[in-house]
Amino acid sequence: MAKVSLQGVSKFYGKVQAVKKIDLEIIDKEFLVLVGPSGCGKSSSLRMIAGLEEIDEGIIKIGDKEMNNLEPRERNVSMVFQNYALYPHMTVEENLGFSLKIAGLAKKEIEERVHEAAGILDITEFLQRKPSQLSGGQRQRVAMGRAIVRRPDVFLFDEPLSNLDAKLRNQMRTEIKRLHQKVSTTIVYVTHDQVEAMTLADRIVIMKDGIIEQIGTPLDLFERPATKFVATFIGSPSMNMIKASIVKQNNELSMKTNDGIIVPVPKDKQYSVSEGQNISFGFRAEDIVPLKFGQKPSSAWEMKSSVNLAEPLGTETLIFTNFGEIEIVSRMFTPEQVKSNDILNFALNLDRTYLFDENSGLAI
Amino acid sequence: MNKKQINNILIWFSAIILIILIMTPGLWVVLTAFRPQVDVMAKPAVWIPRNLNLIQFETMLFGGSEGSMGRSPIPVLSYLRNSLIISFTSTFIAVLVGTIGGYGFARHNFKHKNKYFLLIMLTRTIPGISLSLPIFIIFSKIGLIDTHIGIILVFVALNIPFTIWLTDGFFRQIPRAMSEVAMTDGCTKLQAFWHIELPLSRSGIASAGIFAFLISWNEYALVSNLARSTDSKTLTVGLMDFTAQFTINWPGMCALAVFIIIPALILTFMVQKHLVTGLTFGGVKG
Repeated sequence: MAKVSLQGVSKFYGKVQAVKKIDLEIIDKEFLVLVGPSGCGKSSSLRMIAGLEEIDEGIIKIGDKEMNNLEPRERNVSMVFQNYALYPHMTVEENLGFSLKIAGLAKKEIEERVHEAAGILDITEFLQRKPSQLSGGQRQRVAMGRAIVRRPDVFLFDEPLSNLDAKLRNQMRTEIKRLHQKVSTTIVYVTHDQVEAMTLADRIVIMKDGIIEQIGTPLDLFERPATKFVATFIGSPSMNMIKASIVKQNNELSMKTNDGIIVPVPKDKQYSVSEGQNISFGFRAEDIVPLKFGQKPSSAWEMKSSVNLAEPLGTETLIFTNFGEIEIVSRMFTPEQVKSNDILNFALNLDRTYLFDENSGLAI
Repeated sequence: MNKKQINNILIWFSAIILIILIMTPGLWVVLTAFRPQVDVMAKPAVWIPRNLNLIQFETMLFGGSEGSMGRSPIPVLSYLRNSLIISFTSTFIAVLVGTIGGYGFARHNFKHKNKYFLLIMLTRTIPGISLSLPIFIIFSKIGLIDTHIGIILVFVALNIPFTIWLTDGFFRQIPRAMSEVAMTDGCTKLQAFWHIELPLSRSGIASAGIFAFLISWNEYALVSNLARSTDSKTLTVGLMDFTAQFTINWPGMCALAVFIIIPALILTFMVQKHLVTGLTFGGVKG
């Protein structure tokens, strides 16, 4: 059990800086998810914690011990890889027990711990099989079992579910969460899938281009995105984002889109914007609803638009429509039939609109 | 007969022709080894052997007996000893060094890596025999002519590039994550190599080994220059002992050839499983 801290950590690949002086404190027993698009530096960060990549700058500590010059085997971390990386020439039992054998444990203790881990993950019946005789989900479980038996200070997961099909992924996601509750060890988990991040994490770290965009609980990130990138990255479907500039109209500040549509600046949050400032404003699909089929929000701004496409999903329907020239998506929770080319009145909930400075990308 | 059947017949027919083409000379060598010289030299050729005997083998192994051509027996056992020492030692060294080299190329990045690799492969483009004169001159200067070490050195140099090339490919097939997992599992780099990567690439190493062995075992041209006496002459070079100024003892030569083929054949059969099938990588989603 241990906390992990990264202090000003950087990673260079040749001239490219993959990780740029990041600071991060991971609390003991926390489930922390590193998420971001590919190439954002999340895997490099994880591999530096594991000791598989050199730390070019800064310090990484596990517990209170500096890890920079320690070999992977001296760090007492376990890693689960995307492609499982089970040893194909060993049985499941040998796979699970390998690290204990290397550590020089007695045969009897190895057996006990292997069976304990196999019990936790429900793979006892496969112990004598070779990895090639297992299904994807079973292999994934063995890979996790191999990590558990060592009783490490920290578990490191590198996109462990991305090779599984959708159904199995959901199932394994639940199992990983359950596993965390059972073993209650610090977990650092890397994924590019925001749904995984939202569902698993105690806290999420969103990375982009080697820097940390925001750290927070899943709801923090969803409700209070610090940057435009975080706003569009978290949530499905992605937040609608429209470019505009601030203009003064009737003595009130408004947002004028590139297509000339004018929307008043929401008043509730007292945004500090000035005339002429270039901004983007964003709103989630559920915050723009067809008036006819939804509840009218208290501070609504209305517009009329035709439906490009409707995707009925059962509990909800996604309606694709145009906001000026830009296609946006609206989420309707009433089971009503909507067809393409229907003309609908949409109400945008101004209270739930987010403003971002166009130059810095930061929330206003 | 439908199209598929005709196709099948054609394929079988071509395969049989091909096999006959490949096998006939070899079979002729084996057959000749058991036939008397008169039969072998007969004109018109005697295709179906009239009598077969073991005289050549007896002569070769136990010295002259009646019916042999009265030549002094050839020191086959010395040649065999030389061949075994040279082939096994050179194969062992070549595979050891080559595997380490292949691992290095597959797993490590260093400056000008591709150029070095190309350079090593380029050495394969030089015909071995063209090296025989420079090697002879150098070896005569440092006293390596007619020694095991000299010939072993030549074979090691010949075989390392191929071993590097072959094992490099096999190591590349093994996901890097495999050794990384082993290292977080508590292995040192060497342990990860020993417990995980080496067993997974044993097909490649076995293939490299058998190729290196066969090259050393069968090489003739280079050794015939470097070996002068029974101290270092190998079996293949020993074949020439059957030629005299005016005659060639074809059955004797073929008997020795058979004697050369057998160990190579046995070894090939022993490792053919590795030559044919690579390991299945069940540990990784493929």
